[in-house]
Amino acid sequence: MQFTLKVWRQHDRQAEGKFVEYKATDITPDMSFLEMLDAVNLDLARNGEETIAFDHDCREGICGSCGMYINGRAHGPLRGVATCQLYMRSFKDGNTIVLEPWRAKAFPVIKDLVVDRSAFDRIIQAGGYVSVDTGGVPDANTIPVPKPIAEEAFDAAACIGCGACVAACKNSSAMLFVAAKVSQLALLPQGQPEQKARVERMIAQMDEEEFGGCSNTYACEAECPKEISVSHIARLNREFLKARLK
Amino acid sequence: MGILSGLYSSSVGKKILMGTTGLFLCIYLVVHLAGNLLLFKNDNGESFNAYAELLPSLTIIRIIEIVLFAIFAGHIVLGTIFWTSNRKKRPKKYEVNKQSENSSIFSRTMFLTGSIVFIFLVVHMRQFWGPSRFATGEVSMYHLVKTAFANPLYAMFYIIAMALLAFHLRHGFQSALQTFGVSNQKYALMVKVLGIIFWLVIPAGFAAMPLFFLLNS
Repeated sequence: MQFTLKVWRQHDRQAEGKFVEYKATDITPDMSFLEMLDAVNLDLARNGEETIAFDHDCREGICGSCGMYINGRAHGPLRGVATCQLYMRSFKDGNTIVLEPWRAKAFPVIKDLVVDRSAFDRIIQAGGYVSVDTGGVPDANTIPVPKPIAEEAFDAAACIGCGACVAACKNSSAMLFVAAKVSQLALLPQGQPEQKARVERMIAQMDEEEFGGCSNTYACEAECPKEISVSHIARLNREFLKARLK
Repeated sequence: MGILSGLYSSSVGKKILMGTTGLFLCIYLVVHLAGNLLLFKNDNGESFNAYAELLPSLTIIRIIEIVLFAIFAGHIVLGTIFWTSNRKKRPKKYEVNKQSENSSIFSRTMFLTGSIVFIFLVVHMRQFWGPSRFATGEVSMYHLVKTAFANPLYAMFYIIAMALLAFHLRHGFQSALQTFGVSNQKYALMVKVLGIIFWLVIPAGFAAMPLFFLLNS
């Protein structure tokens, strides 16, 4: 297979970026999207050109490092898949593929397709943790948590913090990310003592980082590689109201 | 006021204010529609005129009117602030962005549909509310409605505005409930049924009025 890539190239944070066209040749359908980029980079390196920078780490869909806007969709055309788990068989041979970094005021571009997602870290630092002593694993297992609740908490905990929700949202809102983190802890007994402060602080930090507000378009849920449900956003709103009314 | 300014300072709080004012306006639509259904009564406007004369004479209605103005203003001002601030959160736009693949057009055009409904509101108030409150001498509201809607352009404008109101409510109603945190599996059916009543039945009821007079003119 072969493709024409239209890739956003930007030297550093301050530089004016631009789209540059590349040819991806000798691509096989079973190559992952990142392997295809590796092949293009290898050609670029051989020709002494600067390779395309993109974030990646585990390449098995669980670390949340990779992520880019592929033909107008976060993580490409498939649902419930991170960029590293996207395979070239999902594209038509000979097509042009447009690659852009996540675009959001809160996620400034560092280089090419790599953005600074440390705003997410600061939201977690603001309250996405449990600071009470929860003991060791055997202690945790003595706390009764009904199976459906544990499942729901785990669904929320599946968030890998890739930022696709922000990238796809027309307001660059981080509500699905914050909702997943708040929801995960709000459902479990260990999360209760700090619940009120947590939701307040995390939302305040989210606003401070200049993420937009939520318009409930649910683009986030549609583009989330872990298919986190917007029902967690409803829970976040509920927790916020509870914290305010108490 | 402390609670209100506290809510205003948070993006989630702003949404709660947006949803609350929106739902109050939904309730107002039900009342407004119920009263105006008298237009369809086949008595040459007698009951409608009696109703239209009764309303301004009641103090309670005058008070509700002021509250309603405040809610409308709040919803419009908040919506505008929300829209302008959200637009600034993506200074560099995408070259290719297939939003239609991940969200409904109704959810992405709330400011547009809201703005057009606002223009409609101004025209509508000038046409009917103004004369009903400030006109001197005897005014037959029924006659006013009948002649206004005999004009096909005017009637069409109303029908289009109601279609846009329907688009606005289609997203707005369920969005408000999501913002209040009631939009989960347990309430899904209730939200859906109430949603259809609000976005489909009510605007259709209003649109039936210009259509009725246009066809009977």
